[in-house]
Amino acid sequence: MTSVRDWDVTNPVKENRSGLIGKAVDRYEGPLKVTGTAPYAYEVQPPSPPAYGVMIGAAIATGRIVGVDIAAAEASPGVLVVWTHRNAPAQAPRGAKAHPRSTAASKPALENDHVDYFGQPVAFVAADTLENAVAASHLIRLTYDAGVPDVDFAARLGDAGQPPGETDMEVGDFDAGFAASAVQLDETWTTPIQNHCQMEPCASLVWWEGDKCVAHTSIQMVKPAQHGLAETLGIGRDDVHLMTRYIGGGFGGKGQTYDDLILAALAARALGRPVKVAFTRQQMMHGTIHRPATVQRVRLGADRDGRLNAMSMMTWTHCQQQGHFTEHASNFARSLYAAPNRLTGHRLIQLDLPAAGPMRAPGEASGTLSLECAMDELAERLGLDPLELRIRNEPAVDPENGRPFSMRQLVRCLKEGAQLFGWDRRQPQPGQTRDGRWLVGMGMAAAIRGNFLLPAKCSFTIDADGVITVRQGMTDIGTGTYTVLAQIAAETLGVPLGQVRVEIGDSELPPAPGSGGQFGAATAGSAALNAGMNLRKAIAELAVADPFSPLHGGNAWAVTFQDGVVALENRSETLAALVARAAPAGLTVEGEIRPADDAREWSQQTYGAHYCEVGVDPVTGEVRVRRMLGVFAAGRILNAKTARSQLTGGMIWGIGSALSESNPVDVRYGSLLNQDLAGYLAPVQADIGDLDAIMLDEVDDKANPMGIKGVGELGNSGAGAAVANAVYNACGVRVRDYPLTPDKLLPGLIARGY
Amino acid sequence: MRPFTYERAATALDAVRMAAATPDARFIAGGTNLLDLMKLDIERPAHLIDVSRLPMTELEDADGGLRIGAAATNSAVAADARVRARYPVLTQAIVAGASPQLRNKASVGGNLLQRTRCPYFYDTSKPCNKRQPGAGCSALEGLNRSAAILGASTACVATHSSDMAVALVALDAQVETLSASGQVRRMALVDLHRLPGETPQVETSLPAGDLITAVLLPPPPVGGQTYRKVRDRASYAAGLVSVAVAGGQLALGMVAAKPWRATAAEAALAAGATPSEAIASELAEARPLGGNAFTITLAARLAVAALDAVRGSGS
Repeated sequence: MTSVRDWDVTNPVKENRSGLIGKAVDRYEGPLKVTGTAPYAYEVQPPSPPAYGVMIGAAIATGRIVGVDIAAAEASPGVLVVWTHRNAPAQAPRGAKAHPRSTAASKPALENDHVDYFGQPVAFVAADTLENAVAASHLIRLTYDAGVPDVDFAARLGDAGQPPGETDMEVGDFDAGFAASAVQLDETWTTPIQNHCQMEPCASLVWWEGDKCVAHTSIQMVKPAQHGLAETLGIGRDDVHLMTRYIGGGFGGKGQTYDDLILAALAARALGRPVKVAFTRQQMMHGTIHRPATVQRVRLGADRDGRLNAMSMMTWTHCQQQGHFTEHASNFARSLYAAPNRLTGHRLIQLDLPAAGPMRAPGEASGTLSLECAMDELAERLGLDPLELRIRNEPAVDPENGRPFSMRQLVRCLKEGAQLFGWDRRQPQPGQTRDGRWLVGMGMAAAIRGNFLLPAKCSFTIDADGVITVRQGMTDIGTGTYTVLAQIAAETLGVPLGQVRVEIGDSELPPAPGSGGQFGAATAGSAALNAGMNLRKAIAELAVADPFSPLHGGNAWAVTFQDGVVALENRSETLAALVARAAPAGLTVEGEIRPADDAREWSQQTYGAHYCEVGVDPVTGEVRVRRMLGVFAAGRILNAKTARSQLTGGMIWGIGSALSESNPVDVRYGSLLNQDLAGYLAPVQADIGDLDAIMLDEVDDKANPMGIKGVGELGNSGAGAAVANAVYNACGVRVRDYPLTPDKLLPGLIARGY
Repeated sequence: MRPFTYERAATALDAVRMAAATPDARFIAGGTNLLDLMKLDIERPAHLIDVSRLPMTELEDADGGLRIGAAATNSAVAADARVRARYPVLTQAIVAGASPQLRNKASVGGNLLQRTRCPYFYDTSKPCNKRQPGAGCSALEGLNRSAAILGASTACVATHSSDMAVALVALDAQVETLSASGQVRRMALVDLHRLPGETPQVETSLPAGDLITAVLLPPPPVGGQTYRKVRDRASYAAGLVSVAVAGGQLALGMVAAKPWRATAAEAALAAGATPSEAIASELAEARPLGGNAFTITLAARLAVAALDAVRGSGS
């Protein structure tokens, strides 16, 4: 049995002799990105001129395609192929796995005449230019036998059931505990459908080299994309070489492949030339996954001192027909606050909407928007500072399962945040502070997100120039993977950063699970550390065994690595000299990480606290965030710059969730209203004022050999609730229907006499 | 995007003659709206006549007011020292619209002739009488939070979402147009845009093929000026409602298919009504559809705040 205690031994990352770990190192690939020379999937230079594919989305939400007229499109200039379900190339049936260990199954495009959601790709054109393909796409005539879409989430709430394989989590007796509580709160919040809006839409470029399919795509997880494509095409997994080297944002939306990849591969095979296919911005809204809407009922029962006696959080949400994705908005509540009587669970309904799926901080992003506001409301009823209410309900062990926390610094985050932000200047009574036409208020919320470690491999190579190359089938979705892998390699081998190369995003490299769930840095980085340690050993053994090395005859375990030099006491030579002489072809080693068998004996979470100050215009109901601070405890930080960037990015997502982001469903058509970035309102520069994230010193020795944790989701958790609580403190109006737009705030403002 | 031909006009007269000679021709200046609509297959011109480099980008003093060339960029107008000093409501309105990048590209004439931001107009899978006369209006009984409250019809409830035009209407601007016959005409800007009636696809009173060559501002009215816009985020968002005040002149934006000169409110104010009473008289004819009902309240509150601010600063 492996144990987290195996990780207690020291290592170069923990020792951090060069000081590279934690340093605010610039992004490894930053110069390429800011000069526009990083080849994203659609911009990779193919071996011969590509054809351009365009997808056409269904104009109905449910029903069948009964008529297809592609003659005009086929006759349009430059057109190479026009496909619908009637003439698309054969693919493996949906769900098929020819190889039992494939991490994804067949997902055929243009599968049949059924339409399951608005915008589903139902036709495809490839032409010699993008313009010709688009022009031809407008000439395709499809007729439908349309059904009545079942998409009205609010109307169907009563029909929602237990998600498959799940039961409600009960501890103690919630009903009795709630009934016996001196102070009770029972309120319901709603959150809307949201879209990821990655800067880079999903896109693929594919060509064939003989029987081998070479695919560049934008994807968070390499292996499932490779396997899924192979299964769909009915070819061997090794016959797909899939690359995803630069990714313009993922946020969970690129955790799976879409029809752009399949259609590009099919068309490239049919045409015998490279084919590019990208989603348009409009197509991204329906054609890829979204964060589903939720209804969340929170019930809190407390004694007069503010100690929770009963806590319940129930979430209703939706997914696509045949789907089972559940927005687990209640899950985080199981670990956050102490209460002897607890009830949490989820209800799910399948609708004729596009697929629901994970979006940044799935679960927490939606769920904290209710519970963290409920805590604010309860604090007010109790006459307590909301910070103090949280401290009074700090659990000694995980309140759901009784496990010890590996590390829990929530209270320290709360207290340090309060001090740094100036929380003591907050007026407990709402509507007390004016600045010109703005009513000003402050709000706070806690942040929590689980920490995970998955299996991964990595290889390290040193060549005759002394350059270390890290190779891993990992991805960098803008998070900083390239950079932290370079830092780990440089620190482990004692070389400057400039002596490290990082190659990731390639299915032929040692596999890693990719980017998601904020497990990326810990998982990929721990495998890299292990590979680095193995390379140290190999180099040391090479040196002491080489009669021409000044280290010859010494103890391999005593060899030190620093400044590009290997040394034994006062004997040394450069890595480059050693390798050039003793192993001119270079040395390559592999390393790996596996979760410890006893890891689940601890409750492993990351924590934080958000503090926010907003202005509310009482005449118009406009809300603007004036300043915001997050304080986070997430293990050892590998890179202060990229970690801060992820955390502040998450906080900005929270601002969007609280104030502007929403995609309403037109229940008549089963479609989403907003189909571009002028209509779907993610925050822009002008929405973000003084905003910062601070990371507490922390090492979580139960997490992984480096004691690090993830931060990619954490910044979003709780952020929107802090904004909403600040809105209430500013103007005295509670709105529990997100986002808090002027139309929703106005009635309350008017009622308060503004 | 469908294939189209393109040529650049050397003079304004060339441009209108080319337009008269070519079926399905459209003028293009900044293209910030037209090109988007062409990519979505909503606009399908066969021929584009580029008027962006015509010598009509200057701002000139004229008759105590200002003559603004129709090809001047939005940014250039907003930054002009005379505009900032004498017509601050115009600068405020322009910088409240779009983004800096778009304002750098967009022309004055193009801004006036931009098409609605109604989401159903952009979604070609949905009925829209502007795109396809007789198809029906999806917004009428749909998600109509941003629909018109004034002057709408059952055929169309779309709004005109230019910020600049709201200020210009409040300033009593005129537009100067040129026809293929060489005729130069002037009309009040408030008369340029039409209410939808039964023909929402006919959006302006500009004869087909005529070119807007300039916007003419009379001397600024006596009194303060301000532009206020309410939107869901701080920048790059269409307004929920906007208000332009120039002295005793008042216009509302995003409430109708045209920038809405609030003549009833102006008359009431002149007769001694309070701002609140005045705007109530203007909005007495407002008709909510459901999702946009709050706009009536919001327009009234915003107008009162803007009038109070201007009057406060003027006293």
